[in-house]
Amino acid sequence: MVKKIFGQIYIWLILLLMYLPVLVLIAFSFTEATNVGEWSGFTFDLYPALFQDDAIMRALGNTILVAFISALVATLLGTLGAVGTFYSKKRTKKLIEGTTQISIVNAEIVIAFSLTVMFVFLGTYVFKDYIFSFWTLLIGHVVLALPFVYTSVKPKLQQMDPSMYEAALDLGAKPSTALTKVVLPEILPGILSGFLLSITLSLDDFIITAFTRGSGLLSGAGKIETLSTLVQAKIKKGPIPVEMRALTTIIFLLVVTGVIVISIYRNKKENAAKVRKGRVNA
Amino acid sequence: MAKENCIISLQGVRKVFGNTAVVEDFNLDITKGEFVTFLGPSGCGKTTTLRMIAGFETPTEGKILLNGEDITKIPPYKRPINTVFQRYALFPHLDVYDNVAFGLKLKKIPYEKTDKNGNKITKLRHLTNEEIDKKVAKALKVVDLDELENRDISTLSGGQQQRVAIARAIVNEPEILLLDEPLGALDLKMRKEMQLELKEMHRKLGITFIYVTHDQEEALTMSDTIVIMKNGEIQQVGTPIDIYNEPVNAYVADFIGESNIYNATMVGKKQVRFLNHAFDCVDDFPLNEKVDVVVRPEDVILTKVNAESKEDLCGRIDTKIFKGVHYEYVIMVGKNEVTVQDTKERNIGDIVKIEIEPENIQIMKKEVTANIYTDAWINNKNQVMISEFPFEADVTQILPGSQIDEEGYLVGKDGKKYDLNDADVIAEVGLNDLGISDIEDEKCLSGVIVDTVYKGDHYQVMVRTEQDEEFIFETAYTWNVNDIVWITIPKEKIKLTLKGDIKKYVKED
Repeated sequence: MVKKIFGQIYIWLILLLMYLPVLVLIAFSFTEATNVGEWSGFTFDLYPALFQDDAIMRALGNTILVAFISALVATLLGTLGAVGTFYSKKRTKKLIEGTTQISIVNAEIVIAFSLTVMFVFLGTYVFKDYIFSFWTLLIGHVVLALPFVYTSVKPKLQQMDPSMYEAALDLGAKPSTALTKVVLPEILPGILSGFLLSITLSLDDFIITAFTRGSGLLSGAGKIETLSTLVQAKIKKGPIPVEMRALTTIIFLLVVTGVIVISIYRNKKENAAKVRKGRVNA
Repeated sequence: MAKENCIISLQGVRKVFGNTAVVEDFNLDITKGEFVTFLGPSGCGKTTTLRMIAGFETPTEGKILLNGEDITKIPPYKRPINTVFQRYALFPHLDVYDNVAFGLKLKKIPYEKTDKNGNKITKLRHLTNEEIDKKVAKALKVVDLDELENRDISTLSGGQQQRVAIARAIVNEPEILLLDEPLGALDLKMRKEMQLELKEMHRKLGITFIYVTHDQEEALTMSDTIVIMKNGEIQQVGTPIDIYNEPVNAYVADFIGESNIYNATMVGKKQVRFLNHAFDCVDDFPLNEKVDVVVRPEDVILTKVNAESKEDLCGRIDTKIFKGVHYEYVIMVGKNEVTVQDTKERNIGDIVKIEIEPENIQIMKKEVTANIYTDAWINNKNQVMISEFPFEADVTQILPGSQIDEEGYLVGKDGKKYDLNDADVIAEVGLNDLGISDIEDEKCLSGVIVDTVYKGDHYQVMVRTEQDEEFIFETAYTWNVNDIVWITIPKEKIKLTLKGDIKKYVKED
């Protein structure tokens, strides 16, 4: 009995630690006080103010654009890489696996700094121009996410019965059809989690963004500002912008809604009656 | 060249992986509607052959003809051949119905159409949903799974998955169905059931089945034709009855069914000598030819010993196992074992008379490559006894890195002592490693030359000792039959292999 109570308390404590800060944040998004943690009366004002703040909106747009584009590119390259590696010879396989492992454990600052040095070098000697732009930023984020995509797709391939691809060929599928109709559905969960992981990594990345960004996207001729660089720039001069509280609340709620919608959809699909197109019902 | 009605023909097929030939000189014609089984131990090339027929591997040499057309280089998805894979390879993201429908949805069939100029042209179209549904339902009915079409693959038992795999293959109405050890993952009872069902399916569908297995019983039960393979080569092709009754060599005999296999020598017209006894037989081989003899356990007749006749072959019952319908006895005849199946109960230790009907002695030609003595043993002086005569031999070769200590025990690298006294070994001596002399020497084994055969540039000479053991040697000189000779074997030329595990001989301190 005592054991049970302690177990319960433990679980609730952990949940509290995880979600209390978020709940506090949500509460404080309804007050205008500049100093964090001060309550100056209930108001919705931060929300309209958020949407009127051009700098934050621009940064948000940039962040989302960079996250989506880089996640798409990283997912595509990472998946192809994982499939290619899986079907390649043992030595190549080992080599590639080793190198991707290194980039996962590698400190982000090392990636960021080495990319910068390389871009400066290329700009000076190859392109004879300043090359920092959206493209260098994109490359940075793709490099960051790529090994994670590879790592989430690989186990799905390993779980797959290797003769499944051959079975598809045997049943009349061309190699490309076999890949899209059999191998792809099998590794899709891995690809999706790789994609989501890439988005998350890109969304809150600061170091690589700060080192590799140039002009472009919504920032026009100025340096691309993302949420993380914007907050960093603002708190250098003063307090955290009050609108950020409203923004982070919205982001959290969006994520929660997303998760709920997905699980509802899954449940529904599982319970749905199957439709056999050619069936003539008696 | 090909048989009539031949659906698939493999001609001189060879497959090399890296430096090793996995399949060598494979020639086989398979008749339409036949149930053919490739039988052999793992690594004998049977699966590789199947994969070449399916199109997953391309032969290094040779051709594969389907209905007379060369399909050697045609990819698997263009062959009218379907496979049931060893671990089924079902698609887990699809349910039972969609797994079975997979091939049909990709299939295109020709149909006639009138174009705008009024000409009839042939075009390809996909099957309609109605056509697919009809075929899937029929295939699921054949494998008895029509109730489970909505189930996910992961919720099915092994036997059910097996049926899905079969349905998925036969629904495409292939000309040939390949089955790669399809029952390997099932338990014994399920396997027996599926064997009968597969056989029944084969009868109903009329499709040619090519079946791969290492289970000889499965092969015997199901096949019209069995192809026995060893090290990538065909050993024998025949009906189950032929292969069981008339194995072409000791390997086939050993692989199919239980058998007693002995080294034997032809000692007269239709007379063969093994177990130190001359038997009448029905096969006529040249006199003094070394042969292998196979006797099935059920063909050995046991009777009471007749005290008066000394000519009878007798043995002592060593072990007895009750097998339901019969008893299985192992009878020791000298150092040889004879396995016998007999319905009458006898006691261990009884002396029985052994008889074998001439037609039940299957004699097979043997290529002599070395003198092999399967009933040699080691005496207490670490000498090897061949034909009851002690030869000096290097017994340390039995255990790599070992040596003999002063007490005569074999000492391994790890310091363990082994007492090899009375250990049964197989001794092998090359045909060129015997020393033969016509000068009498009491310290040597003597024998009589019984046969010499001229083999182009040398003679192959056979010496028989008093104990009826034969020594064959190759020589450039002529020897005369009936001469008495003395045999020596250099110590380092005797190759020894221990029968059974060396752990049996560990010396306990």
